[in-house]
Amino acid sequence: MERVTVEDRAPDNPDALVSPGIFPFGSGVSFGDRIFALLVKSAAFISSLLLLGILAALLAGAWPAIKEFGLAFLWSVEWDPVGQRYGGLAMIYGTVSTSLIALFLAVPLSFGIAFFLTELAPRWLKVPLGTAVELLAAIPSIVYGMWGLLIFGPFLARYAQQPLQALFGETAFLGTFFSGPPVGIGILSAGIILAVMITPFIASVMRDVFEITPPMLKESAYGLGATRWEVMRNVVLPYTKPGVIGGVMLGLGRALGETMAVTFVIGNMNQLKNLSLFQPANSITSALANEFAEAASGLHQASLFYLGLILFGITFVVLASSKLMLMKLKR
Amino acid sequence: MLDDKKLKIYAGRRRRNALALCLSLAAMGIGVFWLMWILWDVVRLGAGGLSLAVFTEMTPPPMSANGGLANAIMGSASMVLLAILAAAPVGILVGVYLCEYGRRGSFPVIVRFLNDILLSAPSIVIGLFIYALLVKPFKGFSGWAGAAALALIVIPIVVRTTENMLQLVPDSLREAAYALGAPKWKVVLMVSLRAARAGVLTGGLLALARISGETAPLLLTALSNLFWNSNMSEPMASLPVTIFRFAMSPFPSWQRLAWAGIFLLMIAVLLLNVLARTFMRHKS
Repeated sequence: MERVTVEDRAPDNPDALVSPGIFPFGSGVSFGDRIFALLVKSAAFISSLLLLGILAALLAGAWPAIKEFGLAFLWSVEWDPVGQRYGGLAMIYGTVSTSLIALFLAVPLSFGIAFFLTELAPRWLKVPLGTAVELLAAIPSIVYGMWGLLIFGPFLARYAQQPLQALFGETAFLGTFFSGPPVGIGILSAGIILAVMITPFIASVMRDVFEITPPMLKESAYGLGATRWEVMRNVVLPYTKPGVIGGVMLGLGRALGETMAVTFVIGNMNQLKNLSLFQPANSITSALANEFAEAASGLHQASLFYLGLILFGITFVVLASSKLMLMKLKR
Repeated sequence: MLDDKKLKIYAGRRRRNALALCLSLAAMGIGVFWLMWILWDVVRLGAGGLSLAVFTEMTPPPMSANGGLANAIMGSASMVLLAILAAAPVGILVGVYLCEYGRRGSFPVIVRFLNDILLSAPSIVIGLFIYALLVKPFKGFSGWAGAAALALIVIPIVVRTTENMLQLVPDSLREAAYALGAPKWKVVLMVSLRAARAGVLTGGLLALARISGETAPLLLTALSNLFWNSNMSEPMASLPVTIFRFAMSPFPSWQRLAWAGIFLLMIAVLLLNVLARTFMRHKS
């Protein structure tokens, strides 16, 4: 038998189980109800149009650049405001490579933290540490960025980049990754700062999904004599897999679209000379943050809009698939 | 009977478990270490630069020794408040739609999906959108545009929390109100929303915390201003953008002010979050 919900009885529902007419007050749907329903529905309609509006505005803004460069924009490195030639590959590479470095560092770290918080921590540590992780996720990214530029950058240059260069600088293949000025500004620093920023975020999503594993499943595994690691590896992880992947994708979406944490430390150089991790570079977001206000209107601005459109496309795909994954777990 | 082979397997499992636990502990340790490192530097460098002048004086020219952040704090406060006041009601209405009107059909599912995407969309893209909508047509960066960009960030946060909180209100409460003959709008406003008001307020506080630190969309909409400005149709200074410009500059006096600003910003955001949390626990 179908459960009867409030919705079935709601006065504005035409096939309501209880006809509103039998109520002694007024007849049918009241005037106030109609106004309120209209208000609420139009708010919902407008909010769903926002995303479409963003897409339309980006397309319109980017149109001159799309017409001029077409898809070649995606694989051209040239960015020359004087000669009016623009290509976005250097920025796309910067965005993707910093995000991948961040993910590579942040995923194992946040998995460890979530594992600790759900299975390992004693009760009295669970709540304060869990809250600390959530608060950390709420700190504005500009804090991470500024700290990265003024404190962490010099530290990285001195204690990691210079020794690495001394060690591998002459090696044929590895050397290219460690070439460039070891000043603590570039792809590697941006990736590390991004990792620090998204770790609490991914960790709190992972902790939340780990906690929805039914205790019965875990207890039966423990009852069979499984160790904590085996319970995590063979019971919790398989059960929460879509949620974990969804959380990681959510973190990736954040890293791709992050502006301030990257802009401070990436160095803002539009070039892609080699694949060095130390080389100052540019990401889509840092290019927008630095150049947009100064860009004379015309092709320069349109090209920046084009970059924004590409970023929007990439993050939309990533976020949509993460959302679908998380929905799959809930069902 | 346990023979040698089985014992060896058991020892291996225990070793693997111990290794995993150690690694997990190390991960937590690294996390806490980074947090402490960042907090320590912000407090050390930020609290040192704090003085009354930070709150009363304008942003200084590059080489001058004194000066404060008064205009930036003022600009931030006005844009953030305007954004919350404009966007929170819209967000609450959409949340009401999703929970009270949208229990079936496909449109609510689409609205919810799009809202969740908007929730984590890159904020700089929202800045671009407002630029195209409000800055370019009116030929100038303005405080209005900045507030509009922040408002767009507020809406999805408020929608999400409002819907979640309304869902916690038991249906029997609504049914009781209907049984008394209350029309739906009264049930929603006087019963559902009232029961969920602590949660809705929490959503507002979290949104406030989030936009207080937003920098990227303001760079493309409100820009910045070195002077006191209460005219919303002019470029407007804000705390995050001022911090960004001062921190990137080579002048020590500007960098000192940037540290003081980042300290204020972090304290404000953390306080808002703690407040939202205690509020929530208190009521539920």
